[in-house]
Amino acid sequence: MPREITRRTFLKGGAAACALAAVGLNAKEASAEPAHLATLLDISKCIGCGACVEACRETNAHKFPEPKKPFPPMLPRRVKVEDWSEKREESERLTPYNWVYIQSAQVTYQGKDYNLTLPRRCMHCVNPPCVKLCPWGAAKQLPNGISRLDSDLCLGGAKCKEVCPWSIPQRQTGVGLYLDILPSVIGNGVMYKCDRCYDRVTQGKLPACIEVCPERVQEIGPREEILRKAHALAKEKKAFIYGEKENGGTNTIYVSPVPFEVLNRAIETGSGKPHLKKVPDAMKEGNRLALAMLLAPIAGIAGALGSVYKNAKKWRDGGKDESRNG
Amino acid sequence: MEKMKAETVEAPKERNRWIYALYVLTLVMITLSGFAQMPIFKRYYIADLPGLGWLARYYVTHLIHYLSAAVLIGIVSYRITRYLVEDRHRLSLTPSGYLRGSLLLGLIFSGALLTIRTLRANPFPPETIVYLDLAHILFMVLFLFTLLFCALFKNKWTKSGF
Repeated sequence: MPREITRRTFLKGGAAACALAAVGLNAKEASAEPAHLATLLDISKCIGCGACVEACRETNAHKFPEPKKPFPPMLPRRVKVEDWSEKREESERLTPYNWVYIQSAQVTYQGKDYNLTLPRRCMHCVNPPCVKLCPWGAAKQLPNGISRLDSDLCLGGAKCKEVCPWSIPQRQTGVGLYLDILPSVIGNGVMYKCDRCYDRVTQGKLPACIEVCPERVQEIGPREEILRKAHALAKEKKAFIYGEKENGGTNTIYVSPVPFEVLNRAIETGSGKPHLKKVPDAMKEGNRLALAMLLAPIAGIAGALGSVYKNAKKWRDGGKDESRNG
Repeated sequence: MEKMKAETVEAPKERNRWIYALYVLTLVMITLSGFAQMPIFKRYYIADLPGLGWLARYYVTHLIHYLSAAVLIGIVSYRITRYLVEDRHRLSLTPSGYLRGSLLLGLIFSGALLTIRTLRANPFPPETIVYLDLAHILFMVLFLFTLLFCALFKNKWTKSGF
């Protein structure tokens, strides 16, 4: 029987993660148990009311960009200004002012009609490419598994969006550090995405979207427990799981009564509207090469010692020949 | 005596010509793929040039950077071992040789730590990663400027002109 994930267990996990963050340690180092917090979304419960969307906007409003206008002229011309500040109310896709939105799908599966809705936001990957490949360290992963973009450091180059398998981060021009450097030629604003209310979680509170949900679609807790619960739910309801293995594993686990391939065909995808496809581990090849890199110094040293030995042998043989000849 | 010394010095140069060529090629690739970690090649049309489209593909440049780093670490390990075991008594480094060597080791060390952070079991807190990124970029800029300076003023790694 899987253990119920209660507010108490979540708060315990959160408090432990916060304590570790405070002393600047990675939780994995300090504990054998993974300290990542994951969310479970049972989309059969979602009624698409949008309460999570509204709560997210209200709670995170103080983090939203307030761009300075007019924007600096961008060079070269191909660099496009991305301005969402006049469309702050947009809630049908991800924007710098809308970090979660409701995706809907009408599907027929095994002769049964489904009208499904699901909140979409950052998946908070276990090994997030946005964080690992950010050239400035502006994208950060907290010890509790939350990945967030630091708006004080981000230059808005949008690399995080390009390397994200779901293209989640969204850019707002006219705000951030780049304005203080060379705004026309370096950077283009700041990238924004769901930070799973990291500040609330630090205080031991629930992320806003989870707290307000009238249908209790989402739960949060230690990843292992969430996975156990997701598998139990999937077994019980003959449902399907998304997010456990995608991109090598994420901290957002969806459980659906319909296979995600079917859902993916039914949802609207595109800019700011993430897909539900299978996603291979984007960091896998790089990390394999990183481990192979450990062999490089060994190969170099072995090669050098081999050459030294060869030279010494040649010199000795030559010396012998010379003495014989002499 | 002078002739003998010159021959002794000339021999490793001859032997290592292919290693030097590999070193230069690796430096070119690692520099290009390193700069490509920043979103600049697409923005400034460089990736539009024939044959340079790969510079705008982050996962490709990430792999090339790692591959080049592995080759560079191999070459540096080879060279240091050879120097310590064999060449130490007959080749002495110039000040610019020491500077280049130190900067190169700094680049490799900061790069190695940044490589560790891409693994799942990253031990570094986010603030440390910002400093590591900045250190890696600083080492890279200083190393490239030093290389340029040495090329312009024909400064060699060793006093024997090797």
